[in-house]
Amino acid sequence: MGPTKLEPATTLAELRESKPDRVTIVVLSGDFDRVMAAFIIATGAAAMGMQVTMFFTFWGLNVIRREGATSGAKDLLRRMFGFLNKGGTGRLPLSRFHFWGLGTGMMKKVMRQNQMPDIGELREMAMDLGVKFIACTTTMGMMGVTKDTLIEGVDQLAGVSTYLAEARQGSVNLFI
Amino acid sequence: MLKSDVKLDTLGYFCPMPIIMTSKKIKELKLGQVLEVVSDDEGIKKDMPAWCETTGHEMVGLEEETKNSARIFKAFVKKTK
Repeated sequence: MGPTKLEPATTLAELRESKPDRVTIVVLSGDFDRVMAAFIIATGAAAMGMQVTMFFTFWGLNVIRREGATSGAKDLLRRMFGFLNKGGTGRLPLSRFHFWGLGTGMMKKVMRQNQMPDIGELREMAMDLGVKFIACTTTMGMMGVTKDTLIEGVDQLAGVSTYLAEARQGSVNLFI
Repeated sequence: MLKSDVKLDTLGYFCPMPIIMTSKKIKELKLGQVLEVVSDDEGIKKDMPAWCETTGHEMVGLEEETKNSARIFKAFVKKTK
């Protein structure tokens, strides 16, 4: 096939029309502050008409696990691990100044006083705005996180190829 | 003074709430109508033009006033699509 002549301006316009900007965010961290930033970017991008996909892996899985969910695995090690690493947005610690929950509690209080949404509300808002949630199967298996302990609304369980297939079309790709 | 058809109060809300509220509210407007977004988050001065540029709506203008030492921003957005 030879090269086709294109009118740059119209082609660009058509491209933009048919392909909205894509944003992919890998959420590896389960830290309160980092997850908050991830959701602010995700909801902001969705509000700007972009297509947003969030990949939750490792500690980030806690964000899309049910509140208080433990491990669904049968073996002792992973069950112990699941007991220490319970799911839910309410349990995420600050990356600094957590102070066994005291610092994080204070931060949440300040946020409430300032009408800022908490992580659970941000997550709901993201879903409302059509942000896609994907859970990483590898880390799910490793950490004994089973499908039935994830929140409703997780669109897919997938791996690195799914992420890359989306990310290569993305204009904004973040790793948090 | 710029004129608007619909007002949206986002006072007390921080980023990204004003933008999210705007993106929802704009759907209720008819083509050509102007939405006035009232905010006390200074970020809106830059964020609203950026939102307009990305979504294709028209940024009509921005007004700033001081009420009881609090600064208030009014962004005017015309629905164009």
